[in-house]
Amino acid sequence: MSKRKSARTSRKLSGVNNFVVKFANVNGSGSASANNLFAKSIFRMGVPVSPHNIFPSNIQGLPTWYEVRVNDNGYLGRRDGVDLLVAVNEQTIARDIESVLPDGYVIYDSSKPLTPLRKDLNFLPIPLKEICLREFDHPGQRQLFQNIVYVGALAAFLSIDFEILTSMISQQFRGKEKLILPNVHALELGYQYAKDHFDCPLPIRIKASHKAKGKILMDGNTAIGLGCVYGGATVASWYPLTPSTSAVDAYGKFCKRMRIDPGTGKRKFSIVQAEDELAAIGIAIGAGWNGARAFTASSGPGVSLMQEFLGLAYFAEVPVVLFNIQRVGPSTGMPTRTQQGDLLTCAFASHGDTRHVLLFPSTPKECFEFAAASFDIADRLQTPVVVMSDLELGMNDHICDPLEWDDARKYDRGKVLNAEELEKIDSFGRYLDVDGDGIPWRTYPGAHPEKGSYFTRGSSHDAMAAYTEDGDVYAELMDRLARKFAGAAKYLPKPEIRSDGNRRGMIYFGTTAGAMPEVHDKLARQGIMLDTLRIRSFPFHEEVSRFIDEHDLVYVIEQNRDAQMKSLLKIECNTNDEKMHSILSYNGVVTSADNIESAILRDLSEMSNLASA
Amino acid sequence: MSYITKPKFHHPQLRKNELGYTRRDYEGTLTTLCGGCGHDSISAAIIHAVHDMSLAPHKIAKVSGIGCSSKIPSYFLDRSHGFNSVHGRMPSIATGANLANRELYYLGISGDGDTASIGLGQFCHIVRRRINMLYIVANNGTYGLTKGQLSATADLGSKTKSGEESQYDNIDLVSLAIDLGASFVGRSFSGDKDQLVPLIQAGLSHRGFAFIDIISPCVTFNNTPLSTHGYKNTWENNVILSEIDFVPMRKEIRTKYSAGKEKEITLHDGSVIHLHKTSASYDPHDRENALHHVNEYKKQGKIATGLLYINQEQSDLHELADTVDKPFNRLNEHDLCPGGEVLQDINETFM
Repeated sequence: MSKRKSARTSRKLSGVNNFVVKFANVNGSGSASANNLFAKSIFRMGVPVSPHNIFPSNIQGLPTWYEVRVNDNGYLGRRDGVDLLVAVNEQTIARDIESVLPDGYVIYDSSKPLTPLRKDLNFLPIPLKEICLREFDHPGQRQLFQNIVYVGALAAFLSIDFEILTSMISQQFRGKEKLILPNVHALELGYQYAKDHFDCPLPIRIKASHKAKGKILMDGNTAIGLGCVYGGATVASWYPLTPSTSAVDAYGKFCKRMRIDPGTGKRKFSIVQAEDELAAIGIAIGAGWNGARAFTASSGPGVSLMQEFLGLAYFAEVPVVLFNIQRVGPSTGMPTRTQQGDLLTCAFASHGDTRHVLLFPSTPKECFEFAAASFDIADRLQTPVVVMSDLELGMNDHICDPLEWDDARKYDRGKVLNAEELEKIDSFGRYLDVDGDGIPWRTYPGAHPEKGSYFTRGSSHDAMAAYTEDGDVYAELMDRLARKFAGAAKYLPKPEIRSDGNRRGMIYFGTTAGAMPEVHDKLARQGIMLDTLRIRSFPFHEEVSRFIDEHDLVYVIEQNRDAQMKSLLKIECNTNDEKMHSILSYNGVVTSADNIESAILRDLSEMSNLASA
Repeated sequence: MSYITKPKFHHPQLRKNELGYTRRDYEGTLTTLCGGCGHDSISAAIIHAVHDMSLAPHKIAKVSGIGCSSKIPSYFLDRSHGFNSVHGRMPSIATGANLANRELYYLGISGDGDTASIGLGQFCHIVRRRINMLYIVANNGTYGLTKGQLSATADLGSKTKSGEESQYDNIDLVSLAIDLGASFVGRSFSGDKDQLVPLIQAGLSHRGFAFIDIISPCVTFNNTPLSTHGYKNTWENNVILSEIDFVPMRKEIRTKYSAGKEKEITLHDGSVIHLHKTSASYDPHDRENALHHVNEYKKQGKIATGLLYINQEQSDLHELADTVDKPFNRLNEHDLCPGGEVLQDINETFM
């Protein structure tokens, strides 16, 4: 069998452990698990990868893409430009081919002829359909295994350890052994076809590394579900909504393994699929009021529905945790695309003077840690805590350090008086500021036969929890709540600061973090040195306003149109906002280092033009 | 307003229950409702019922939504915790509270606006979820706090004080509750304490979702002769389908009832309901039969009251969810946190 060389052999992209592979598929065709297999096999070789799933709000038949960036420097943000395209969706193939970098590679299904659309690419035709038609009898397998065949071919092209792939298949189908053999066969078919017909490996390839050794590859929603188990949540209530659904699914999955009482086989958790998001948060608030740790998870449209209840929990001081896995708004927006667009709506959710604690995780490890901590924070502050993740973090796998738990750690249930403690005090006032920190003491229903009962209400109340329309008493209550909020930062994760005493800085948060080491290095190579601060919670620590004060120019980098974080900083930090410049991105895919770098360079050059004009 | 505290002194010979409490120990703050409001009779019936059952007040949690009805938990059981939440959303608060601590009695108070309009969805779903609680609707066919608009339970043709006539068919909460699978459904009248008190007692003792629709006239806005929710119409058209006596679990049963129209129903906690049917064809254990009777009387402009339907065997949410016996709010890190070693194993599955 003679080797068919690819169309052009003179110029080829090269790069070891540094390229982007993009898969263009049809959703519902079984490509997701094959593509995952590919990304994870590279990770298992110790090489840093960052996969991004770009999928439609649909079950079957629409285009879906999966991008895998491989980068030995650990730059895990999205990178524009594709080095190798797996083009198996006829609907989008013309546009997909446009996204490939000059001299890049295109694997396509040659069962049907394709007129090469660009002369500057290296085409790698594989008759995926024909191979599967010949080798498999079952119609479902003929479709499904086309995906596995191209993964096999990629192993040859990129020199991925074939043993790793087969062991992953064995793991995946443990208990369903009948499926192992045909899957491995499909891998071998692709692998062999590539070896027989092309020069393998390609100049872009994988080399085993130690960079990702000891790390885990996990999605943020899985980490949130696990964090809720570790943080002691017993009541989860939710209404299905992409991209938050998998957080509650993960909680349920882990609970079924780890929250079954060994003696009785009964459950130490409960999950209620509510009729809507209003009920979802209502159930969590009812449970929080009664002393259980409770949460709900949702996204933009659901969070909008929860506003009234969030105001009640703020005003009546009931702990509750809401995970907002943000997606593109407004309204239904782009349900399966990512955005950081709910900052202001969550910071000030509900009518009247309200404000809420926000946490901004940027890795699965932080999703786990913040999820577990959010229950302590909500109990300590007796208020809602909103964990602001997004689709990018929640639904994509990310490399991070392994999760950790200190077994000496105790839950902080906050200021709760039990029967014994109630016995010792003369009178109990639910909203009395006994300690001067704005945080009152509470009791659980049923605590004591004669002491500690009170009436929780969303209407104005005095320190004894009685209804009042006395304006001064109301104002006192609002002032105490403001005091409580002002002291809240000490219970929240601190900002992460990297400072070399530069005049300029960058503030960012959440999933923008993936791109930032690369942004920093790219700019530094051009002599542009910037300090960085990553916000991890709201209300802000004083370090945040100090950082702004100490720099002449601060870029606030965020993924929304209206510079919501900048607005929040302006409101809270009482600073000269002219020196805060926004770097914005809101096209539904996570921002990239290229985006941020070019926006900063553009801004710097505009400023120097202005200065010299 | 409900911030007016009520004096606690009482006659030295006021009867004490088994816990040593008098009725005064079950009261709340002074009512702020209009004089003659049916809702105050409901508060009185609740106090009477709970005291006579010798339930410890702190073992009851009161939950409500918004409206005149939802204010009344202030007026009884001030040794119980209470939660006056947001309009139409009491069912979700009750659901969460019940999940957090299965050992308390949950008493939900709502109104016809709160339940049949803004909260209709939550009402339907709490019935479906079989929360172990007693859910009372103080039903006056009108929005009192906003001054007399018609509510969704106002019957077709019913007129308010301002002369506004209901042009739509009403939502009958009793039929709806039976249809959706509530396992205890009753209807009563705030003016009939003899009927209401044992019904409340039985509803509290019932394991599962108990619902009582109480016609409770609004003396200010909806008590005209042309209102189907007024005192006059309710007295004239009340058809008592069943009368019950309630015997708490601790009491010895003394009375013997005649066979035929009498039924003895033993509840999950050992309490007993003695039910006297006024119609031989009526069967309170048969959903279709109960619905049929309710609807037949409705066609005649009559209001069927009493314990209308009961299924004392139905499981509640905790059984369905297979939760541990110990209340969730008493579980700590030792019970709930899998620990560092397990986490290391989990990490490995993501490597």
